[in-house]
Amino acid sequence: MSEQDQPILRVEALSKRYGDRLAVDQVSFDLWPGEVLAVVGESGSGKTTLLNCASARLLPDSGRVDFLTRHEGVVDVYRLSEAARRLLARTDWGYVHQNPADGLRMDVSAGANVGERLMALGERHYGRIRQEATQWLSRVEMQEDRIDESPATFSGGMRQRLQIARNLVTRPRLVFMDEPTSGLDVSVQAKLLDLLRTLTHQLHLASVIVTHDLAVARLLAHRMMVMKDGRVVEQGLTDQVLDDPQHPYTQLLVSSVLQP
Amino acid sequence: MSSTLSGTMGGAMSVTAAVQVRDLGKTFTLHNQGGAELAVLHGVSLEVRRGECVALDGPSGAGKSTLLKCIYGNYRTTQGSLIVGEGENAIDLATASARQQMAMRRTTVGYVSQFLRAIPRVSALDIVAEPLMEDANGDPDKLVAARRAAETLLLRLRIPVRLWSVPPATFSGGEQQRINIARGLIRPRPVLLLDEPTASLDADNRITVTAMINEAREQGAAIIGIFHDQRVRDSVATRVVNMADFK
Repeated sequence: MSEQDQPILRVEALSKRYGDRLAVDQVSFDLWPGEVLAVVGESGSGKTTLLNCASARLLPDSGRVDFLTRHEGVVDVYRLSEAARRLLARTDWGYVHQNPADGLRMDVSAGANVGERLMALGERHYGRIRQEATQWLSRVEMQEDRIDESPATFSGGMRQRLQIARNLVTRPRLVFMDEPTSGLDVSVQAKLLDLLRTLTHQLHLASVIVTHDLAVARLLAHRMMVMKDGRVVEQGLTDQVLDDPQHPYTQLLVSSVLQP
Repeated sequence: MSSTLSGTMGGAMSVTAAVQVRDLGKTFTLHNQGGAELAVLHGVSLEVRRGECVALDGPSGAGKSTLLKCIYGNYRTTQGSLIVGEGENAIDLATASARQQMAMRRTTVGYVSQFLRAIPRVSALDIVAEPLMEDANGDPDKLVAARRAAETLLLRLRIPVRLWSVPPATFSGGEQQRINIARGLIRPRPVLLLDEPTASLDADNRITVTAMINEAREQGAAIIGIFHDQRVRDSVATRVVNMADFK
């Protein structure tokens, strides 16, 4: 089977409990190469917990996550060794945090932030690392001459773009994003959305984006899933779910915003 | 795929029409309005072949736009079947997976909505070129060709060159409509759905768009459209279907 004929990520019956509360309840989905899936729902609906379990950042109580690797076929992510899982997360996967400070190292330069993942892959040639880092800064529309500055001196929008460059430098095929635009001013948000839209498309990135903003889902996602109380209550093509919502909760969500 | 289809239809018929609507029903259930039900379509059956242009007729509220949206997969159907495409590409939208529906939009069905949905920061030229750019898979020659094709369409539709690099959010209604038409027609598809494509256009542009619709049909598209303008309808439609006939 060619890569296009099977999902890059297959999540099966994932569940995660916090004490008595079932945060994620038997959620399954397939994600195909190059596909962007939005997970929407209110805070507390379990969408971030789902993202963390699917991206091997949080051990689920039950369920299974299969990933189609570049060279070794499909692997059961939770059966990999800790080291292999960490390598996967640093190379073929990306994870964009809502708060860029959580995904960046604030005490080293912008260039070092981008170069770090390359070094984790064994790249030791300083000139090449710096050249790659410079290219990625310009690709996320940052001034290249800020490469030696610390992200602590950057605005929120710049930090978020730096976090994206840091993730994409290893050319991952799958990127998890947790509310990537929600902490930003509207004008900064538009720029970042445009960037994400362009990059996911150009790099043929598969992506799971958690967002409470239906307009973000409309702009970026091919498909969406609506979560409530840990369960998926509705899913489909993005415009289908937004324009013809079937579930009472989705209808409420869609009717509660001005222009989804 | 074709074998499953002939199976579901008793093997009596192969899919020769580009669009086959059978006993289609669409009811909206408004859960937050006490579960009120709006039955918009009921018992709609329609076959459209390639090279045909069917004009949907009927007063507002008769379900014309709803039918187009069902055929595009924007609205889900409540009843009946809705087979789009021919041979191996045919799918029944009533049962198709999201992935099949996405493939259908990429390969089979184009839809020109009444209003353009502008994307912040994306220029008019790129919005028009986007369907071809998606096909290019990063091939630089194809990307250049996509832009060229977009330029040709924008010229033909009289969009001033100075606007090409501007995001169309601030354009006039007529300009936005022409951007939308260019985007909808740039990539020839076997099925074309047009929701009032000339409503905001001046006479010259109306004539141009009419000619483009006829060219698409002559090149083999199956077209279903809503054309309130009698002159446009008379010059593009090969058949008129009244929604009232289905009730």
